[in-house]
Amino acid sequence: MKFRAEINVMPLKALLDPQGKAVTNSMKNLSLSEITNVRIGKHISLEIDAENKETAKAKTEEACKKLLANQIMESFEFELFEE
Amino acid sequence: MLKFGVVTFPGSNCDEDMIYVLGTVLGQKVESLWHKDRDLKGCDFIVLPGGFSYGDYLRSGAIARFSPIMEEVVKHANKGGYVMGICNGFQILCEAGLVPGALLHNNTQKFICKNVHIKADNNNTLITSAVDTNKALKIPIAHGEGRYYADEATLKSIQDNGQVLFRYCDQNGNITEDSNPNGSILNIAGVTNAGKNVFGMMPHPERAADEHLNNTDGKFLFDSILSLARV
Repeated sequence: MKFRAEINVMPLKALLDPQGKAVTNSMKNLSLSEITNVRIGKHISLEIDAENKETAKAKTEEACKKLLANQIMESFEFELFEE
Repeated sequence: MLKFGVVTFPGSNCDEDMIYVLGTVLGQKVESLWHKDRDLKGCDFIVLPGGFSYGDYLRSGAIARFSPIMEEVVKHANKGGYVMGICNGFQILCEAGLVPGALLHNNTQKFICKNVHIKADNNNTLITSAVDTNKALKIPIAHGEGRYYADEATLKSIQDNGQVLFRYCDQNGNITEDSNPNGSILNIAGVTNAGKNVFGMMPHPERAADEHLNNTDGKFLFDSILSLARV
């Protein structure tokens, strides 16, 4: 079976996200000062061949932990879709 | 005599500078190692140089950490062998888990290329043994992701174990917020592992070790290595 994982990797909440901060500041210039706390992460999409959803989930999690996210500074979450 | 090995990854750009300082300036045996090699060619001291390995894709150092040669570097380090990572090399060491912590985007979000001052935290490590801990060393930095970060428990343990190598300071040696170029936690510019055989630092001592460049403050580190390292 083929699955697609849609993964979000975000900087940990406790850490300063300079990109997000710069974008938050620019919201004021757009007269959108109601918008605060912009945080910028990465979205990663990948396809995975697996016998079932459980295996696909385990493989995706392994990829996230070993390479796609550095858990010292980032958190991750994902959704799996059957293709 | 020590034999140094300098690893070149696709995108490394400080490998030749490092080879020049170790080989030509210091007269040491140096071997150039390729990222696809699985053989450290009998080198005792491995250097991961600065640059932009694999274009810094995903995260700085994240892809290089899975290069074939890194398997050997990790084995070498785990056996107690010496490994030093400068700038991108430090990022690779963090990603490989060989030194504690991580390197985030500078708090200014800018790439910073300039001389800064750093001070050795203690003399109890191989690369700081011959460095005056009261002296501010002028060493250049050149990075976009150099903001050192570790969680509180890690920070406590690396400080208790004397694993902080260098901190950013002003030219008089005062460790201040203003002298912190990138927002590194506790002004940390370099750390070592618990075994004190793996060293990572963001500043570039190899760019400050040749008299022709009018700055040899980086040479203290290499002198430390050469005075103490035993095969």
